[in-house]
Amino acid sequence: MAYYSLPATPDEEYSIEVEDVSMIFNMASEVLTNLKEYFIKAMKHELFFKEFRALNHISFKVKRGEIVGLVGTNGSGKSTMLKCIAGVLDPSEGTIKVRGNIAPLIELGAGFDPELTALENIYLNGALLGYSHDFIDEHLQDIVDFAELHDFLEMPLKNYSSGMVARIAFAIATVTEPDLLIVDETLSVGDVFFQEKCLRRIRSFIDSGKVTVLFVSHSMEQVAEICDRCVWIEKGQQRMDGPSAEVLEAYENQFK
Amino acid sequence: MAQASSDSKSLAKTHVKGRFSKDIFILQQLVTKDFKLRYRRSVLGVVWSVLNPLLMMIIMSFVFQYVFKSGDVVNYPLYLIVGNITFQLMSEATNGGLNSIIGAASLLKKVKIDRWVFPVQKVFSAVVNFLFSLIAVAVVMAFFRIMPTYHMVWMLYAIATLMVFCIGIGMLIGALAVFFRDMLHLWSVLLTAWTYLTPIFWSLKLLTDNPEVPSFVLAVVKINPMFNYLEVMRSAIVYQSTPSRMCLLLCAVWAVIALIAGILVFKKTEHKFILYI
Repeated sequence: MAYYSLPATPDEEYSIEVEDVSMIFNMASEVLTNLKEYFIKAMKHELFFKEFRALNHISFKVKRGEIVGLVGTNGSGKSTMLKCIAGVLDPSEGTIKVRGNIAPLIELGAGFDPELTALENIYLNGALLGYSHDFIDEHLQDIVDFAELHDFLEMPLKNYSSGMVARIAFAIATVTEPDLLIVDETLSVGDVFFQEKCLRRIRSFIDSGKVTVLFVSHSMEQVAEICDRCVWIEKGQQRMDGPSAEVLEAYENQFK
Repeated sequence: MAQASSDSKSLAKTHVKGRFSKDIFILQQLVTKDFKLRYRRSVLGVVWSVLNPLLMMIIMSFVFQYVFKSGDVVNYPLYLIVGNITFQLMSEATNGGLNSIIGAASLLKKVKIDRWVFPVQKVFSAVVNFLFSLIAVAVVMAFFRIMPTYHMVWMLYAIATLMVFCIGIGMLIGALAVFFRDMLHLWSVLLTAWTYLTPIFWSLKLLTDNPEVPSFVLAVVKINPMFNYLEVMRSAIVYQSTPSRMCLLLCAVWAVIALIAGILVFKKTEHKFILYI
């Protein structure tokens, strides 16, 4: 039960090491958020929980610069896996080692406050992503250009459309080339033109060959095209880990 | 190898080095945000931080000097405002800490972040507000022509220990509130009781001069952490004398106890926060 965030060292072969990770949620028959209930149940020895294993002994390693796809049907535990790797969730069992800084394109715009201006939100979100103040100062123009904000920097975020907010969030998260990029395909940012722009930026990271990418998508063609290797998780169980073509074939065959 | 070294150099430039400095930057951003949002769209803005304790003092000194008797206190308005803002600091910091984890739900579900940042940030926000109310204290001192003395340095001791105390309490109740929302209601009741137990608008003389007061009540009042923080603050500003050793010791002891209790409970429960918020 541990999560290690280590610096990116050139001698280490692996960028992500997931070892025997399980994620257990207590599915309490009723949620107790009340002291009285808690003590009554505790006295009666009725504090039992139904265990739900969202992830069951998952192990895989991702090399530096490798592009790995994560496939599985809805509710199979993909997002839980991504959140564990991003460090948002602590695994119940097993260890996760992640080397280098992560750009988690899972849930964007952490900490965005509607009352603050776009500019203030850029600094707040940047701090949460671990950027330094100087770095944000230097790259503010890049962020503004990419999101196509320009004249609206001093406007409170609540006056922006949700598409514009998403643009800002994406621009901040990808302003620098990360060591590790986690992309959830379900993330759709803005209009078609901006989506293409985002995709181009993700591609440029992938093509650089230095960035480790973990890619989640329901589009088999996209996974087959981008990823060299796939890990298939189904109902929390690791079903397969291997070259994309083989895994995807097996994955698609289950529906036949 | 050359490639790798340039890699690590660019990393040092983009991201903050070390977890701690990242947390400091986040803290700074969150405190700034709280401060900006507090007075956004109010005409007087930050002036309210000074005006509020002043107005409270005027009302309370009228009520307690003429309507109720609060014991003979020299410089009663000053006595009152110092006590009031110090207690306010604690109640604001702990109330903030109480809601800090629940309030940060959207953040905790999205990014990897050291969770202790949230209760600690609330204490710093309360301190920023407190510093503005010190301007009100200066105004009162000027009005009554009271010169500050070197005893003012004890104020730093009181603030420092009180901050540690509040961080501890904030972590403790903030963590507990995640699992038992009852804490939200319980804490407001406790704070009210605490307000009356602490000599904010009354003087300890009322108890010591009254032979009918049982000794354990006096003991409880004197051991009460807030009594000790208030005493040191008042020694620095109102009495202009060196605080008693007992008070100084108790300030530190309470701070350490609160911090240890807070860290223990927080460390033990923080992994489960995300499942309950």
